[in-house]
Amino acid sequence: MKSYYSKEAVQRFMHPKFFGEMKDADAVGVVGNERCGDEMEIYIKVDNGKIINASFRTLGCAAAIATSDVVCEMVIGKNIKDAVELTEKEMVEKLEYLPNTKVHCASLALNGLRAAVENYEK
Amino acid sequence: MKKIYLDYAATTPVKANVLEKMMPFFTDKFANPSSIHSFGEEAVFALDDSRKAVAQFLNSHQREVVFTASATEANNMAVLGASNNGHIITSSFEHEAVLGPCKTHTDVTYLPVYKEGVVKVEDVLKEIKENTTLISIMYVNSEIGTIQPIKEIGEALEEVNKNRKNKILFHTDAVQAANYLSCDVNNLKVDLLTLSGHKIYGPKGVGVLYVREGSKISQILYGAHQERGHRPGTENIPAIVGMGEAIRSIDVNDSKKTKTMRDKVIDGITSSISGAALNGSRENRIANNINITFTGVEGESMLIALNEEGIAVSTGSACASNSLSPSHVLLSLGLSHRAAHGSLRITLGSMTTEKEIDELLTKLPPIVERLREISGR
Repeated sequence: MKSYYSKEAVQRFMHPKFFGEMKDADAVGVVGNERCGDEMEIYIKVDNGKIINASFRTLGCAAAIATSDVVCEMVIGKNIKDAVELTEKEMVEKLEYLPNTKVHCASLALNGLRAAVENYEK
Repeated sequence: MKKIYLDYAATTPVKANVLEKMMPFFTDKFANPSSIHSFGEEAVFALDDSRKAVAQFLNSHQREVVFTASATEANNMAVLGASNNGHIITSSFEHEAVLGPCKTHTDVTYLPVYKEGVVKVEDVLKEIKENTTLISIMYVNSEIGTIQPIKEIGEALEEVNKNRKNKILFHTDAVQAANYLSCDVNNLKVDLLTLSGHKIYGPKGVGVLYVREGSKISQILYGAHQERGHRPGTENIPAIVGMGEAIRSIDVNDSKKTKTMRDKVIDGITSSISGAALNGSRENRIANNINITFTGVEGESMLIALNEEGIAVSTGSACASNSLSPSHVLLSLGLSHRAAHGSLRITLGSMTTEKEIDELLTKLPPIVERLREISGR
């Protein structure tokens, strides 16, 4: 029997490693809205086309926090061109699994990252 | 880790004496009460005995008690059966089992419940029209625990009905009230009243619709003659026996003890955590309900973090359901979407101890603090 959230998702939610506002960020992506309940900010620091640091601030459910943490971890060290190619599927796999109703949280985190990259490139 | 259950409004465990009374009716006393042999007779006696217990609780006649398969079914029977294509008055924060059938009608007035979460009697009276056939207002709101002025509405309606040819029927969903408040139908002056087995330490799969003698309600299920035709289908005798025993076991003294613990939780949380506010009236509130909104935190995340500590609660956030919108109850109080998403419902029960409450009061503040760090709000 599967529990509602995977061990990895709970672990990420209970002990996220990448949360907090980044004071020296090069760009930030702000997504979500208060109607849906999840509001995310994804911060990136870029050097020579490469994401050298990422962090988040998220007001949202456990899945929103876990996926925010995952997206940050997965893009650090990546070229921004490669980072935006990241998929929901890869993120969900990193979390073992997500309940079906929570997959949109991964999309939201991904959109947050893409918004940050877009803002960086502006 | 010993787990702590603080979600009694969702469901309650079956009491030992209730289960014991039910058991023989699965095996030895398995018969269909419609059978006229001695086996069937035993089932008839059990059915009658439970009906008597419910009638006593409601201060009604036994023939006015209809057993159903759930409170949802009872609410559907009341709304669809009594509306008679007329105008319905209800509140905006009823349970889905009342709002759902109301939505199949076009002529429905949804009364406001204001910040306190309490319907105003004058609003009810103001909305009565020539073609009004049914008023359905819940006794206690399931999410925020506010007590509605049922008796006052019942008394006012009695006066209104004196001058009407087509009497308006008055229904109340008393599912969340039964453990702590009197459900005397003659005192409340209701024509229809809904009860649920599993909210009163009885089994799931059984409910009651009280139907006052002379109230014309059309049937919504068709079949055989069971429950005087109101609810065809072979009676679920084990569950009905459980319902009867559960209702006999309701102890009004529980209310005082529970209320003291409830107040300790409300005061404890709102004093130790900033930006925490009680949802709904504190004064007109059922003994076991605490519903609090926290700024800068989302409800499901608090629920999951508490769950990691072994504490089970509930939330009105959309993120804990399959819907995209937060609780319609919290929105009806005028809360913003953000505030509604940040709510927790803590409901106490007969097994709740002082120690469990203390555990909650110790564990919750650091969780809220941590989640606020993550949200940056």
